[in-house]
Amino acid sequence: MPEAQVYLDNQSTTRVDPRVAEAMWPYFTEQYGNAGSTSHAYGAEAREAVAAARASLAAAIGAAPAEIVFTSGATESNNLALRGVAERPRRRGNHIVSVVTEHKAILDPLQRLERRGFEITLLPVAPASSSDVGLIDLDQLAAALRDKTCLVSVMLANNEIGVLQPLREIAEVCRARGVWLHTDATQAVGKLPVNVAELGIDLMSFSAHKMYGPKGIGALYVRRSSPPVRLEPQIDGGGQESGFRSGTLNVPGIVGFATALDLCLAEMAAETTRLRSLRDQLYAGLLKAVPDMLLNGPALDQPHLRLANNLNCTFPHVNGEALLLNMKTIAVSSGSACTSASPEPSHVLLGLGRSLDEARASLRFGLGRFNSPQDIDIAIAAVAQAVHHLRSLTSR
Amino acid sequence: MRWLYLDYNATTPIAPSVQEAMLPFLAERYANPSSSHVLGRMCQEALEDARGQVASLLGADRDEIVFTSGGTEANNLAIKGVLLKFAPGGGGHLVISALEHEAVVEPAKFLERWGYDVSIVGCNRQGLIDPAAVAAELRHDTLLVSIMHANNEIGVIQPIAEIARLCHERNVLVHTDAAQSVGKIKTNVDELEVDLLSLTGHKFYAPKGIGALFVRRGVALEPVLHGAGHEGGLRAGTENVPYIAALGRAAVLAGKSLAEAGERLALLRDRLLARLRDEIGPELRVHGELSPRLPNTLSVCLPGIAADDLLARTPELCASTGAACHRHTSAMSPTLAALGVEMEAARGTLRLSLGWYTTEEEIERAAELLLSAWEALR
Repeated sequence: MPEAQVYLDNQSTTRVDPRVAEAMWPYFTEQYGNAGSTSHAYGAEAREAVAAARASLAAAIGAAPAEIVFTSGATESNNLALRGVAERPRRRGNHIVSVVTEHKAILDPLQRLERRGFEITLLPVAPASSSDVGLIDLDQLAAALRDKTCLVSVMLANNEIGVLQPLREIAEVCRARGVWLHTDATQAVGKLPVNVAELGIDLMSFSAHKMYGPKGIGALYVRRSSPPVRLEPQIDGGGQESGFRSGTLNVPGIVGFATALDLCLAEMAAETTRLRSLRDQLYAGLLKAVPDMLLNGPALDQPHLRLANNLNCTFPHVNGEALLLNMKTIAVSSGSACTSASPEPSHVLLGLGRSLDEARASLRFGLGRFNSPQDIDIAIAAVAQAVHHLRSLTSR
Repeated sequence: MRWLYLDYNATTPIAPSVQEAMLPFLAERYANPSSSHVLGRMCQEALEDARGQVASLLGADRDEIVFTSGGTEANNLAIKGVLLKFAPGGGGHLVISALEHEAVVEPAKFLERWGYDVSIVGCNRQGLIDPAAVAAELRHDTLLVSIMHANNEIGVIQPIAEIARLCHERNVLVHTDAAQSVGKIKTNVDELEVDLLSLTGHKFYAPKGIGALFVRRGVALEPVLHGAGHEGGLRAGTENVPYIAALGRAAVLAGKSLAEAGERLALLRDRLLARLRDEIGPELRVHGELSPRLPNTLSVCLPGIAADDLLARTPELCASTGAACHRHTSAMSPTLAALGVEMEAARGTLRLSLGWYTTEEEIERAAELLLSAWEALR
């Protein structure tokens, strides 16, 4: 990869931390057993490694080890949660509540369920002009719940604008009506303390590659007590993961996942402060260069409302794609990576009430562990230069 | 203790050159291949290179390969994908064999619960499925036939091409679970005449957690994982680039070494069998001995003992008494049951599976260990 390009797309994916790669390596080379092999030592070694990783991940989110189901990533976790609940023969009904600003890995399964006859309510979020920007309204949530509602799914931290939903309050509303709550916490776990018991969540998706762990491994937290959440499995076979998810376990990936989260927790306080200051540096620099720039998402001085590493800005009167093409030195995105192949503007920004043009003129910066203040200076210069260049073309 | 690993059908170590191929993507080439920036596009290229390498091993085209998290997911996608696509409300018919892995059996059971019909074709005492018996199960509403290419326990290779020909005469799609055959014998999708073929990396020297489904161009499937439109809309989820690069490299290695490794492993396996038979005599049975078999697999029944006890006395030797995915159950493995093996013989059955790193010395040592344990237990 060109060394010159500064990577500021850490909400799309992150580099595997060398310490994580090191922890994984023995399971690629020496300890390569199948955790399902019960008759020999290789299988036992693999099983022990998986058990240790499971215990560590569970402890990190305030769960019991048996409540962790390993999957191939957050998309699979989301599918298992949504369709796992929706396809249970004994469920409350065919109504699911979610939010307009969710990730495609929530919205697409819901759309498909809708085609099969499910009723889907997508809650709006407060507009960009509001001090509650990006947040759902709890009264609206309560009003949306019905006796036939089988699940509510609300993302903890948004992947594009970094807003944090009030999960604890949302859980109270759901619990009062006896409705299960799922959260896609892919962008939150590893960045802020997340305790499923304290939050009162029933199901939670998270994955390793957003926290300096490997791609291809994720988990679904499934509450197993008082009362246990029951799911229809989505991948059937050898009955691994208590029957919730079949398939030979990705032992190196699982070990890497647990190591990655351990490191995030150990460094969280200092890293959050560091990222916040880098983000403030970036925002100040960009605003100075482009004074009419708009911030998408909660105010930067509201740390309880947003991720520290996220900055999403609109640069009026330029095209986001053209902007990306004009910045050779930095890697950022115009929205979610998963939808960057499609030319449509971000549904999240439209959900905030941004216009099509504004949504197209936006960039998402995802700061990460390997970024330095020098990287931020490079980014400011690159954006300023590209914005001014593009504006000079259109004003002629 | 140095382990003597003869359980390559359960899983394989990762080949050094496969590790090398993977490493850059666990380090500096970490971008999301869906990202439009240069770093993302470089990972996208690596993804497509690997897709081409896997396609090439199968004699397929690049756009016919869908990456999955492994063989189980690939089987789920193939089987549920066809039935749910062509008969979304239930009512279609699926044919599988009595020899299938749980990763085929369980999706079939899922479909039964959802209102689909499933027929199961048996095999003869040598583990072979008669193509005419498959054809006899076909009905006007049959949507898919799924028959494994090579069995994980006994290694018997099924006449997939003949089965496929009969199915195609009736316009029925054919899937084969080739998890055990890819990388061990030739698995050309045109020679096998299949529409769908599942494979998994960890059975041929790539990591656990990556696999692929061959989907012949024009065959439509309902995805199992919904989300953003990765993998041509057939499999959502951020692509596991390091493992995919590893799978590509493993496919290249397998393609190069197929004939040579097969010959060498068959020789070693036959030597192991000869050593056991010399000592034990004609009472020693080999399951599927008269059928075409994988060169690396030996499923033997040692008379008068239980295989569990035997392995307990040879802790150095890593082998298996049934399919590795099985938990301790007193029930006979479905494969042995399909062969008509008696309970007594099933208990005495051991699966020894060889691989690229198996040496002559290891085979000698394994024979010694097994024979002395057998003597002691008998």
